[in-house]
Amino acid sequence: MIAIQRTWWQKLSFVDLFLWAFRIAVIVVVIWGTVGTLTAGKYQREHWIFFIVFGLAQGGIYALIALGYTMVYGILRMINFAHGEVFMSGAYTAYFAAAALNNSGYLNRHPFISFLTLLAVAMSVSTGVAVLLERIAYRPLRHAPRLVPLITAIGASFFLQYTFRGLYGTGFKAYPEFEVLKGDWIVFGVPVLRTQVLVLVASVLMMVGLYAFVMRTKIGTAMRAVSEDMDAAALMGVNVDRVIAITFAVGGAMAGAAGILYAMVFKQVHFFMGFVPGIKAFTSAVLGGIGNIPGAMLGGMFLGLIESVGPALILDGLGIVAPYQLKDVIAFTMLVMVLIFRPSGILGERLAVKKA
Amino acid sequence: MGASSARRSLLRQALRIGLIFGIVGIYLSLVGMVETFHGRAVIAGAISLGQTMLLLTGLGTGFLVARRTPEPLRWLSIPYSAISGFLSGLVLFTLPFLGNFVDLRAMFVNASPTLFALLTFGKGLAGGLLLLPLAGAVLGMVSALALQVPRRFLRPIGVGVTTVLIVSLFQEQLQIMLVGPAVVEAIRRFLFQAEGLTVRGASTIFLVTALANALWGQYREGIRQQVTQLPSAGRKSLRAIALIGGLLLVLLLPLVAGSFFAQVLVFVGLYTLMGFGLNVDLGFAGLFDLGFVAFFAIGAYTTALLTSTGPLGIAHISFWSALPIVVLMSLLAGVMLGVPVLRIRGDYLAIATLGFGEIIRLLVLSDFLRPWLGGSQGILEIPKPRIFGLELATPQQIFYVTVAFCVVVAYIAWRLRDSRIGRAWIAIREDEDVAAAMGINLINAKLLAFGIGASFAGIAGAIFASMVSSVFPHSFNLFISINVLALLIVGGLGSLPGVVVGSLVLIGLPELLREFSEYRLLVYGAALVAMMLLRPEGLWPEPVRKRELHVEELEVTPAPEVMEEALAATKGHVEVEGS
Repeated sequence: MIAIQRTWWQKLSFVDLFLWAFRIAVIVVVIWGTVGTLTAGKYQREHWIFFIVFGLAQGGIYALIALGYTMVYGILRMINFAHGEVFMSGAYTAYFAAAALNNSGYLNRHPFISFLTLLAVAMSVSTGVAVLLERIAYRPLRHAPRLVPLITAIGASFFLQYTFRGLYGTGFKAYPEFEVLKGDWIVFGVPVLRTQVLVLVASVLMMVGLYAFVMRTKIGTAMRAVSEDMDAAALMGVNVDRVIAITFAVGGAMAGAAGILYAMVFKQVHFFMGFVPGIKAFTSAVLGGIGNIPGAMLGGMFLGLIESVGPALILDGLGIVAPYQLKDVIAFTMLVMVLIFRPSGILGERLAVKKA
Repeated sequence: MGASSARRSLLRQALRIGLIFGIVGIYLSLVGMVETFHGRAVIAGAISLGQTMLLLTGLGTGFLVARRTPEPLRWLSIPYSAISGFLSGLVLFTLPFLGNFVDLRAMFVNASPTLFALLTFGKGLAGGLLLLPLAGAVLGMVSALALQVPRRFLRPIGVGVTTVLIVSLFQEQLQIMLVGPAVVEAIRRFLFQAEGLTVRGASTIFLVTALANALWGQYREGIRQQVTQLPSAGRKSLRAIALIGGLLLVLLLPLVAGSFFAQVLVFVGLYTLMGFGLNVDLGFAGLFDLGFVAFFAIGAYTTALLTSTGPLGIAHISFWSALPIVVLMSLLAGVMLGVPVLRIRGDYLAIATLGFGEIIRLLVLSDFLRPWLGGSQGILEIPKPRIFGLELATPQQIFYVTVAFCVVVAYIAWRLRDSRIGRAWIAIREDEDVAAAMGINLINAKLLAFGIGASFAGIAGAIFASMVSSVFPHSFNLFISINVLALLIVGGLGSLPGVVVGSLVLIGLPELLREFSEYRLLVYGAALVAMMLLRPEGLWPEPVRKRELHVEELEVTPAPEVMEEALAATKGHVEVEGS
C-alpha cells in the first residue's frame, strides 16, 4: 500500500478554515473592543466593581437554577425545559407569604426569620412542582426517543406558566423590601448593594451545601451512580425511580431558593419571569459542562460576570450604541462558541466521550 | 389471588381516581376555567361550557374505574364508580367550603363568590355538601353504566356528543359561515341562537351524526371490501378524486368562511411552509434546529429591505422579483449558520441553533443596527404582492398565494425525500458515523439540508412580511421555533402530510378558538404533554417511525386466555403424571 502523504494544510477542510476564521475574528473583536474601552477611560474603578459585584450576584442566581438543569441532564440526558417555571412557581407563591408577613409588620421586625420562611415556602413549592412534573410528565417517557421528553418539557413549561397565570393573575407583583437590606454595605472600602451581598452569600452557601449533599451523603452517591450508568446502578440495588425523583426535588429546591434571591434583587415577580433566567441558567450549565455540578456553579458565575462586564468592556469600545441591549448577544455568543469549540464545557470531561 | 383482594385493590384505585379527579376539579376552578367558560353556552339556556367541563370530570371517574375493573368483577364497577365520583365531588366541595371561611381571593384571583355559587349549585354550603358528591356519584355511575352498553351503540352516542361539543366550540365561526341565502339563514336560525346551539339544533346534530356513525359502522366493512376489490387503476383514480376533492375544499373554504378564517389559514400555511423546512432538517436529516425562526426572520427582513417603499427600503423592487433573492439569501444563511455547527450533534445542536436564533433576533432589535434594520420600530411600508396589476391584499388572496407555495414546496420536499440526497439524509439521521463510512459526504449533505430547510422558511418569511406589510423583531421570537418543532412532532416527524395536520391542529385550532385566548397556551401545553404520553409518533406518522416507537407492543406475547390454557394443560399433565 502506498500511504498517501498529505501535509497539514491539505488535511484542513474548509470547515476548519471557517472555524479558524471565526475564532480569530472573535478574538480580534474582543481585543479591539477591550483596548478601545480602556483607552477611552469612560468607566472608573467603582463602575467596574459595581459591574463585577452585580454580575456575581446575578451569576449566583443563574448558578442555582443551572444546578437543576445540570443534575437532571446528568442523569436523564434530557433538557428539562420547564425548569425555569419551577423557579418561577416558588418565587411567585412565596410572594403571598411575603405580602402577608409585610402586612403584619413581622417582615421588618424579624427579617432573618422572615427571609428563612420565604425561602422555605419557595423551596417547598418549587420542589413539589418539580417532583410532580417528573412523576406525571417525564417518568412515563424514560425510555422514549430523545425528542419526545423535550417536547413534553416544552409543553409542561407552557402549562406551568399559564397555570400560575390563571391561579395568581396576570400582573406584576411587587415584592416587599426588607428595611435591613436597603442601601449599601462597605466591603473592602467599596460600597456594595446589600441585596447583592445577601444574594452572593446565600447562593454560595446553597451551592456548598448541595455539593456536600451530592458528595458526602448516601443519596448523593446514589445520584452519582445513576448518572454514571443507570442500569448498573439499578443492578447494584439503587432505587432509580426514587433517586431521579430526589434529583428533581433537589434541583427544584435550588430553583426555589434562586427564585427568592431573584425577587430580592429585582423586587417583582410575574408568571413569565422564569423564561429568560431559565435559558440563561441553561446556558450556564452548558458553559460549565452540562452534567457537572461544580461546572454549573462556575458557568453561572461566569455568565453573570460576562453579561454585566462584557457590554461595557467589549462592546462600548467598538463604538456600539446602547451596548447593554446586546448583553444577551454576548451570553448567547458565549454559548455557541463553547458548543462549537469545547462542547464539554469549562469543566466537563465525561460527556464529551458519550455522544451528546 | 382471591376475589376479595382484587376487590380491595379496585376500591383503592377507585378512591385514588376520585381523589385525583376532585383535585382536577379544584384546579380547573382555581385556574378560572370553570367560571370563564360558564359564560359560554354549549346549548343556550341549558348547559354551559364550564358545567360541561365539570360534568366531564365527573364522568371521567366512572370511565377510569370501569376501565380498570377486571372482567369477572364487571358489575362491581358501577358501585365503585359511584364511590369514586362521590369522593371527587366531596373533594371539590372543600373549595367552596374553605372559601367560605378563608379569603382565598388574596391569593387565587379566581376564587370568587360566583365560582363558589356555581360549585354549590347556588344552594349555599349545605346544598353544595349534599349535591356535589351526589352529582359526582351519579355521573360516575352513569359513565360506568354506559360502558356496559355494547360498543355498537356506545360509539354512535360518543360521536354524536363529541360532534355537538365541537360544533358548540366553533359556533362563532360556523355562524359566520352560515350567512347568505335564505335557506342557509334558516338552517342557522334552526341550529343556533346568538350565544350558542339551540336545544333543537343540538339534538338534531346529535341524532344526525349518531345515525350516520351507526350506519357507517354497519356498512364500513362492505365499502372497504369494495374499494380493495377495485382494479388498481380504479383505486388510483379514486384516490385522485379524493385528492382533487380535498384540494377543492381547501380552496373554496376561505371564500365561504370569510376573511378571519382565511387569515387563520394563511398562518397555518406559513407554519406549514416552515414545517416543511424544519422537516428537511430534523425529519429527514435528523439535524435538530431550535433557532429556525432565524430563517423566517431573514426571509422577512430581506423582503422588507428589498421591497419597502419606506426610508429603509434599498431596492424598491416588487415582491416577485425579490423572491428569488430572498430564497437565495435564506439558503445562504442556512449554510452559513450550518458550517460552524456541523460537528455538533443532537441536543447540543439544538441549543447552539437556539443561541443563533436569539442572537439574530437581539441584533435586529438592537439600536446598533437600527439605521439599517429599524430596531424595535421595524421596517414599514412593504407593498403587497401583485399579479398582473392586481394587488393581492385580502386574506383570501394571500391564502391562495400561500397554498400555491405550500404545494410547490411540498412537491419539492417529497421529491427530495425519495432522491439520492434524501436517502443520504435519512442515513445520517439513523447513524452519522455509519453514513460517513458508506461514503456519504456529511458536510455537503448536512449543509444542503440546512440550506434547503432555511430557504423554505425564507419563503414563509417573505409572504409574512408582505402580508402584514411591516416587520418587527418582536414577531420573530423563540416561540415560533418551538411552535414549528411542536407541530412537526405532533403531526409526525418526517411525514409530509403530518406537517399539514400538525399546523392545522397546533396553529389553526388555537387561532380559531381565540375567544378562549386566556387558556390557549395552557391547553396547548397540556395537549403537548398528553400527546407525547399517549401518541408520541404523531397524528399522521411515517409508518417506519410509528413501528419504531411501538416496538415493545409488537413483541409477540400470547393473549392471557392462551396463557391460562397452556398453564391448565401443563397442570393437568403434571397431575396425571403424579397420580
